[in-house]
Amino acid sequence: MTERSFASKLRRYYLLFTAGFGGFLLSLTLLEQEGMPRIWIGYLFMFATIVLYAILGVLSRTSNVLEYYVAGRKVPAMFNGMATAADWISAASFISLAGGLYLHGFDGLAYIMGWTGGYVLVALLIAPYLRKFCQYTIPDFLAMRFGGAGGANGEDNPAGRVVRIMAVMATIIVSFTYVVAQIYAVGLITSRFTGVDFSVGIFLGLASILVCSFLGGMRAITWTQVAQYIIILVAFLLPAIWMSVKLSDNPIPQVAYGKLLPKLSAREAVLQADPKEAEVRAIFQQHADDYQQRLDNLPASWEAGRRDAQRRLDQVKTRNASLLDIRSAERALIAYPKNPEIAASEWTEAHAYNLARARPINPHAEPYAGDAETSAIKRNNFVALVFCLMLGTVALPHILMRAYTTPSVHETRQSMVYALFFILLIYLTIPAMAVLVKYDIYTALVGSDFNHLPGWVSYWANVDKLTPLFSITDVNRDGVVQLAEITIDADVLVLAAPEIAGLPYVVSGLVAAGGLAAALSTADGLLLAISNALSHDIYYKIVDRHASTQKRVTISKLLLLGVAFIAAYAASQRPGDIISLVGAAFSLAGSTLFPALVLGVFWKRANHQGAVAGMIAGFAVCLYYMLHANPVLGGSVTGQWFHIAPTSAGIFGVPAGLLVMVVVSLLTPPQDSQTSALVDYIRAPEK
Amino acid sequence: MDKIIRRHHWQQTRRMTGWLLLLWLVTTFCAAFFARELNNLSIFGWPLSFYLAAQGASLVYLAIIGFYAWRMRRLDRQARAAARIKP
Repeated sequence: MTERSFASKLRRYYLLFTAGFGGFLLSLTLLEQEGMPRIWIGYLFMFATIVLYAILGVLSRTSNVLEYYVAGRKVPAMFNGMATAADWISAASFISLAGGLYLHGFDGLAYIMGWTGGYVLVALLIAPYLRKFCQYTIPDFLAMRFGGAGGANGEDNPAGRVVRIMAVMATIIVSFTYVVAQIYAVGLITSRFTGVDFSVGIFLGLASILVCSFLGGMRAITWTQVAQYIIILVAFLLPAIWMSVKLSDNPIPQVAYGKLLPKLSAREAVLQADPKEAEVRAIFQQHADDYQQRLDNLPASWEAGRRDAQRRLDQVKTRNASLLDIRSAERALIAYPKNPEIAASEWTEAHAYNLARARPINPHAEPYAGDAETSAIKRNNFVALVFCLMLGTVALPHILMRAYTTPSVHETRQSMVYALFFILLIYLTIPAMAVLVKYDIYTALVGSDFNHLPGWVSYWANVDKLTPLFSITDVNRDGVVQLAEITIDADVLVLAAPEIAGLPYVVSGLVAAGGLAAALSTADGLLLAISNALSHDIYYKIVDRHASTQKRVTISKLLLLGVAFIAAYAASQRPGDIISLVGAAFSLAGSTLFPALVLGVFWKRANHQGAVAGMIAGFAVCLYYMLHANPVLGGSVTGQWFHIAPTSAGIFGVPAGLLVMVVVSLLTPPQDSQTSALVDYIRAPEK
Repeated sequence: MDKIIRRHHWQQTRRMTGWLLLLWLVTTFCAAFFARELNNLSIFGWPLSFYLAAQGASLVYLAIIGFYAWRMRRLDRQARAAARIKP
């Protein structure tokens, strides 16, 4: 079959798929109007999409090495772009990013810039050269480039082996933290929308991931990811377009919210000046001051507080008050901190919480709000974060792997353009979504009567009891909603947006399915990156050079299974720490792999010693800074250099890696003529 | 392929990559570092700094990659044509 007819056939299939998906949505809308209960819509969406991915996986099963590792190198540029976009749009970008922008305004846009600008580096510096190199993994490239001539059998020489193992370790560290976060998101979405237990949700999602990548490797996940991208796109654009029409009569949200932004700023100014808002903020300030006072008087304040709680309980008991009052007094005594140390940490937290809620409104469009010094620190952190995210993008193995799957170097370059285009369809809508929802909440919800709250408010306030996603309490008891009385979690915004906009519940189900698709597609790519690194780079290249192709694929599938279960187990432990380390993984990956990858192509003089030293230096500087400056990891805020947050450690790690790599390369002899020929080859135009 | 043709092709590739990376760097750095200064200007009704960070910079990135893919295809073709003329 020629490439062109293959591409047109694919186009026909996916058009059919999109039409079928539209029909599915339509019929569910009709069913909802006929009175089908909400929970069934949730079930149908979850199971229909998971079964769909499984079918795609079964249809494209394979045991061929080339198909399994690089999808036979015949994915047309447009489809490779879609699959890359699905790889890229993770649960975090689909679910949390718009919420983050809602909460942080301009300062959150660092993620939009960083996660799109990285593609310039991938497309210009790495992807086309990897395709020309025409192997299977990233460690393949580094081992060949920095290892020099291998043995007759194609195995690495010892120098290449060292580089390969280091690259594999970097690949696994970053992919694993990332994949745990995705599986965690799968658990959250399925448990919230179908009511099944969190860990059951995890294993349901895991099953769909496994059927797909286990049976068909890269080939299966590519075709599944294209389908997943279509679902992600529909799920994200539909509510945004609807809100945009509703609030500004313009169906293109990316254009429409430009008009809303000045209106939003005007509304913010009105709310900021509102005396009722000031009253609520003053109440929170009062609470914060109380906690501060108690903290200052520890341990006497702890003693006094406990006596108070005890006395209150005695009072209600002697007064013969209602059972309800006695219960609540008992509960207050039980919940009281057990000793002054616990009291100190609890009160510090409560103080910070109340202080945060007492803060004035942060204007959405204003960059780096605050006095001159805070503003400068915020600005520097913004710049550092943007560059870190960009450099980290270059080192993400599941994205780079995609460079190998197209038919030619030219198509790899083209597929990068498509990838960024498809990513931007979502990423340019995310800030729009944040502004649209914010405007709706600021104008419709704020100022409404507490007795007539819309239905979604109580629904989302009750979804997760432990960490409320949405809360609203009448703090000043005037019966009217003030902005300062609302708290909203970053994760809930996109999921609740259809209901906030007054759309039928079907759209909420669709959005959940979109979030699930985003998490599953990214998890697919990452798991495959890990298992390929283990099976191809460790097992085939180092342990057993004579393994048959059949054996290699089987080993890879078994490893995939093992890694998937370890990741699912890690995610089922609800590891808050790992989730917060995802940002850090970007920095670590960038610092370790970026210098070696880029200098490997663009600087012939770069040699083995330089690469090893550069990778170690980048990794070490990055890790040192994180440990030194992150309170969670045992460092302290005073350890920060130039007030840069530890997540952006890559901003020091990458230059350190580059510098060390250049210096060590210059101090040691250049590599042999074979390496030089290799570099010439990957730079040369295709025949 | 001839060594001279290859070297010429690589020089052109490298020069273009350099210029495009400079454009990428300037766009990113200016949009982020001078956001406060640019906030008073407006474009199609948006504050300029917000527009740049939310859309403008990303669209510039897309243009950079698009231009690169188009121009590299031409450079590759030229190199192949030159190699055919001079066997």
